Amino acid sequence: MVNSFRPAIVMMALFTLLLGLAYPLAVTGIAQAAFPGQANGSLVRDAGGRVVGSALIGQPFVGATYLHPRPSAAGDGYDAAASSGSNMGPLNPDLAARVAENAQAIRAEDGAGVIPADAVTTSGSGLDPDVSPAYARLQAARIARARGVSVQQVQTIIDSQTEGAFLGFIGQPRVNVLLTNRALDARFGAEG
Amino acid sequence: MNIQGWGEIALTLGLAVLLGWPIGIYMSRVWNGERTWLDPVLKPVEAVFYGAAGVDPKRSQGWLGYAGALLAFNLAGFVLLYAILRLQGVLPLNPQGFAGVSPHLAFNTAVSFVTNTNWQSYGGEATMSTFSQMVGLTVQNFVSAATGATIAAALARGFVAHRGEGVGNFWADLTRTTLYVLLPAAFVLAVVLAGLGIVQSLAANVQATGVEGGTQTLPLFPAASQVAIKQLGINGGGVFNVNGAHPFENPSPLTNLITAVAINVMGWAAFFAFGRTALAGRDIKALATAAVIILTVSSAAMYAIETQPAPALVAAHVDASANMEGKEVRFGVPASTIWSVVTTGASNGSVNAMHASFMPLGGGLQMFLMQLGEILPGGIGSGIAIMVVMALLSVFVAGLMVGRTPEYLGKKIEAREIQFAMIAVLVLPLAILGFSAVSAVFPTALAGLLNDGPHGLSEILYAYTSAAANNGSAFAGLTANAPWWNTTLGLGMLFGRFIPAVAVLAIAGSLVVKPKLAPSAGALPTDNGLFIGLLIGVILILGGLQFLPALALGPIVEHFQVLAAVAGA
Repeated sequence: MVNSFRPAIVMMALFTLLLGLAYPLAVTGIAQAAFPGQANGSLVRDAGGRVVGSALIGQPFVGATYLHPRPSAAGDGYDAAASSGSNMGPLNPDLAARVAENAQAIRAEDGAGVIPADAVTTSGSGLDPDVSPAYARLQAARIARARGVSVQQVQTIIDSQTEGAFLGFIGQPRVNVLLTNRALDARFGAEG
Repeated sequence: MNIQGWGEIALTLGLAVLLGWPIGIYMSRVWNGERTWLDPVLKPVEAVFYGAAGVDPKRSQGWLGYAGALLAFNLAGFVLLYAILRLQGVLPLNPQGFAGVSPHLAFNTAVSFVTNTNWQSYGGEATMSTFSQMVGLTVQNFVSAATGATIAAALARGFVAHRGEGVGNFWADLTRTTLYVLLPAAFVLAVVLAGLGIVQSLAANVQATGVEGGTQTLPLFPAASQVAIKQLGINGGGVFNVNGAHPFENPSPLTNLITAVAINVMGWAAFFAFGRTALAGRDIKALATAAVIILTVSSAAMYAIETQPAPALVAAHVDASANMEGKEVRFGVPASTIWSVVTTGASNGSVNAMHASFMPLGGGLQMFLMQLGEILPGGIGSGIAIMVVMALLSVFVAGLMVGRTPEYLGKKIEAREIQFAMIAVLVLPLAILGFSAVSAVFPTALAGLLNDGPHGLSEILYAYTSAAANNGSAFAGLTANAPWWNTTLGLGMLFGRFIPAVAVLAIAGSLVVKPKLAPSAGALPTDNGLFIGLLIGVILILGGLQFLPALALGPIVEHFQVLAAVAGA
């Protein structure tokens, strides 16, 4: 083992130069040149060029005029600097209490429809950008009421922002909350 | 459960095996020193490595020399990574302004990456600078994977040689696997992933002002380059705290499919490479078949388990057809369950959903898959090596039943091989059950638990299983970033990695000097259905007998509690 020390140290140093510097820097160079949008976080900007978020990262919405995201366990909710799931086991009493509370709040706001599971559960990342089409549909009437427009108009926006599963069976259909709310504001005005 | 879900699961499993086949043939050519189409580019680079290190790649080492080189190289990697993490605060490329990592966390993380475990006591975006991620972690993602491959290459040579001497040259195996297999594959995958939305930037954070006015800090990293090798190298350590659940690390169903396939593809490739290098393609296909069978049954079971009604959803009278706690909408149940099976069956350990929030039997199945020894298909090379150890135990058991000296791939299997095989497989229960037993009664350890009762025991059991099996996934409710956990989990990883590695090399050294026997009618055929059945039996009984009592106190008892809670709601 002792006479292997010199090759071990030299090899480690060479691998570090090649794999720790050359490789990631080359990939960064290509990515920044070829896909700057994706490589820099798929940022969403307002008309003035200000960054309002990332199309990939969820953010909190509480106003009645907006589509609401799922509950989040990242920091105080959608803290992108502290991604986290709840990590609660299925029998954790805190989980049952939180789910019950969320379900009650949704019933108070959105009526008595069937609540889909994603509406009352936290995601793995705490930054889930999407809700299920079913949860979006459940919220359409409330958004329409708050904005003074028809449910059909809101549902049309939601449908336009709904992405199906890839090739029909890879992943799940979903509605991006930030993009949908931006589309709602664009169509009906930011003040609703 | 629906047909789309089953289709997605079948595709994820099948693609990895199918792609592993041609890559395995190529990997075998690399191990054997045969010509490859990358030679014009890489031969000169390879020569620089050997020249600077002063090694002769053609000199075949005895198993002790080979093992010594392996340990020396990994020690150098550990020291370097430990130093980088401790000195992170004064090193460049630290736009986040992170301080140096604490000694016990640096120990844990350095061990974790050197052993190909990639357990995350660290918080990714909250702990690790861009420099540490790139120069520290990414490098070990490559070379720890290549280290695993060297074990299989040496073992394969042990089976082909006829009264031979050396098991190969560690430096050549390490360098060639890294340069010819891992680097080109990771490079292509990284560029593809960056195009599909995984971030790849040296900048620190972007400040966003949300639509409703709140601010959000979006952390950027050179993530695509790291994600590519974390999957292909079967490492699993995430750039971000939540690993493959993070939208910047796994933004869409397509990236999810690609990276889930990447988890397994090199493990299967190492199976096929071993078969070609050991001139035993049919026998190794039998081992792969056994692994595919166990993996397929587990995948189906996991999908069924996660669509059982979760008690919190039932009690709140909401739709309980999918246990969505800890899962992302874009992946849903099928993509989350198949990922959890392939990541625990391989020694990957990346996650796209939080394992702690799976239904109890789901979490139990994840643990069981790791406890089988990470052979489905396991890490690159380390998986096939331990699978061959299982095959040796199987022919030994069969030999006892019929009273003949067992043979495998034309080599007599005698006391010495079986002794080392037992060492290789007994490390796991010793490290897992030993450390778990102490932690379950040690107040300092218990302070780290999030959940009470059986789920708390599962957090402990999962942690040591994941560490000793070099997996790296977690029931993340456990706050493992504390001296007791960081230290004991680090030890578990070291035992689980290097004791089996040295034992396998000892087997290779013992086999290489033996004469290669001609196939005879008296030997047990090891390429047919009967042997596959025997092998599956040995794997399950070995795993089951050792760990079922512990699992009964954790996930299994919790399962019955869930049934009672759902019935009572």
